[in-house]
Amino acid sequence: MIITKEVEFNYDNQIFFKFQDIDLKSNENLLIIGNSGVGKTTLMHLLAGLLKSNSGSIKLFDKELSQLSSHQLDRFRKNNIGIVFQRPHFVNSLTVKENLQLAQYIANKNDNNRIESILKNLNIFDKSNKKTNQLSQGEKQRASIALAIVNSPKLILADEPTSSLDDTNCSKVIKLLKKQATDFGAQLIVITHDSRLKEHFKKSIEL
Amino acid sequence: MNIFKLSIKNIFNKPLSSSISLSLLILGIGIISLLLQLNTLIKDQMDNNLRGIDMVVGAKGSPLQLILASVYHIDSPTGNISLKEAEKVSKNRMVGSSIKLLYGDNYKGFRIVGTEKKFIDLYKGTIKEGKKWNNPYEVLVGSKVYEKLKINLGDVLISSHGLRETGQPHENGGFTVVGLLKPSNSVIDQLIITSPESIWDIHDTHDHENDDEHEHDEKKITAMLIKFKSPMNIIQFPRQINENTNLQAAVPSYEISRLFKLFGFGIETLSYLAYLIIIVSGFSLFINLFNSMRERKYEMALIRTLGASRFQLSTMIIFESLVLTISGFVLGILFSRFGVMFVSSLMEESINYNLSSFKILNEEYWLLGLSILIGIISSLIPAIQVYKMNISKILADA
Repeated sequence: MIITKEVEFNYDNQIFFKFQDIDLKSNENLLIIGNSGVGKTTLMHLLAGLLKSNSGSIKLFDKELSQLSSHQLDRFRKNNIGIVFQRPHFVNSLTVKENLQLAQYIANKNDNNRIESILKNLNIFDKSNKKTNQLSQGEKQRASIALAIVNSPKLILADEPTSSLDDTNCSKVIKLLKKQATDFGAQLIVITHDSRLKEHFKKSIEL
Repeated sequence: MNIFKLSIKNIFNKPLSSSISLSLLILGIGIISLLLQLNTLIKDQMDNNLRGIDMVVGAKGSPLQLILASVYHIDSPTGNISLKEAEKVSKNRMVGSSIKLLYGDNYKGFRIVGTEKKFIDLYKGTIKEGKKWNNPYEVLVGSKVYEKLKINLGDVLISSHGLRETGQPHENGGFTVVGLLKPSNSVIDQLIITSPESIWDIHDTHDHENDDEHEHDEKKITAMLIKFKSPMNIIQFPRQINENTNLQAAVPSYEISRLFKLFGFGIETLSYLAYLIIIVSGFSLFINLFNSMRERKYEMALIRTLGASRFQLSTMIIFESLVLTISGFVLGILFSRFGVMFVSSLMEESINYNLSSFKILNEEYWLLGLSILIGIISSLIPAIQVYKMNISKILADA
């Protein structure tokens, strides 16, 4: 259950955003589409609790985000949200497996079986002990998906996951994301300017 | 995986810049600790061998030389003095007790000292095997001497003239070993001790053969160790001797503190240099962390989005710094111990002194405190930066 109402945000009283309301039932995925500069990333950061809205309400799984302290937001995020970034980020001093272990440690979990099954599911199990900078672009993207879902989030937020990909890879990645979300019982919200993704989602809003 | 492990992985991920800060710190801590250790060890050794000797009487010359020769047995004596004159001094009412010392010979570089039996008691020497001498040409051997030269009871030692190994060997007879001393951690460990008569005798016959003009009736000694009845006498009595006789009187505690003042200047200068190196290492640590924060800002943002708190991230930075400075401290202390071993082996070869103590000095706990402080200070600004980091902005810029 993801419900937002009249969410507004401004940067230093200069750039002003007013966002459409979102009303998402459990098991529903959502595509948020819009051109550059309409506040896509801002909306994603608001949903992830990385930014706080100036007014309006964001309710994720019956929790009103604006009422949480920044420490509570950190805790909410590690228990409920997985983020796939436009450009994959990792802790470079660690291997793929250690990155996932770190994510689990932060969420007070420790489950190597889950790490193994996720990596196998994403077809990068043989890269477990590679440093992340030794991976190819495709492998990096899959590893960053693994990082987003390792703590069994209820919501996966993906920021422009396909913008730099050709048509074939674009559809591959979005199918992979949707499969991971269903396999691990999470909802998926993709934020993008890439109109190729429209056909993959039943529900979408345009900013 | 935890924050501490992550810190260590981060350090090893940048071996070059980490090792620069680390080696500077090892050098700084190592030098200071080495200076502290050597200073304390040498001072302890010097104080240990002072044994309440209030004054030394010997031939005119450098007072420091007289002390080094007759208290520490590491320099050549200033010359010989007449026994008669020395005895006049020892009979003064201010003198509590006196011990005659005679030099003349060595055995393979170890000094043979002719002296009274109370010399051994002065250093609390005890016999391990055999007995003290009863006749001329019987000797007691110090622990380092018999260990190094593999001397046993009953061995006959053919001495050489002078105090160095290169002296002319005596042709007639030799010294019979009648006793071995237990290690006492004092100067007697490196001496071969005999009666004054042995030394007079061996040089008498020696002189007969070579030099007939010598006055045989006047017996000479090298120095006399004197203990006063009252410590008050230490001020006026030595001056009286120096002004009114042909003898020289020197006060060991005074000469040694003068020597340490000279040493101290060098030690102080060197330790300032070492502290400077430590400060530079702290600075290089700060620059490393600061740069790596910039390079790793996406990484930091990622860790935050995974749900880590600001506090956890800042702790990680401080950990990284502390791991480096504390291992710098540990390696620096190790470095200084190897240094002490090295210097000790040098000293043992040249002056038969050995310094062996591996206890941690109080000042070294201060160095540990200093290392921790440097670790915290140099990571403070990067840690605050990470604490204040705006993750949303960093991720939006990516």
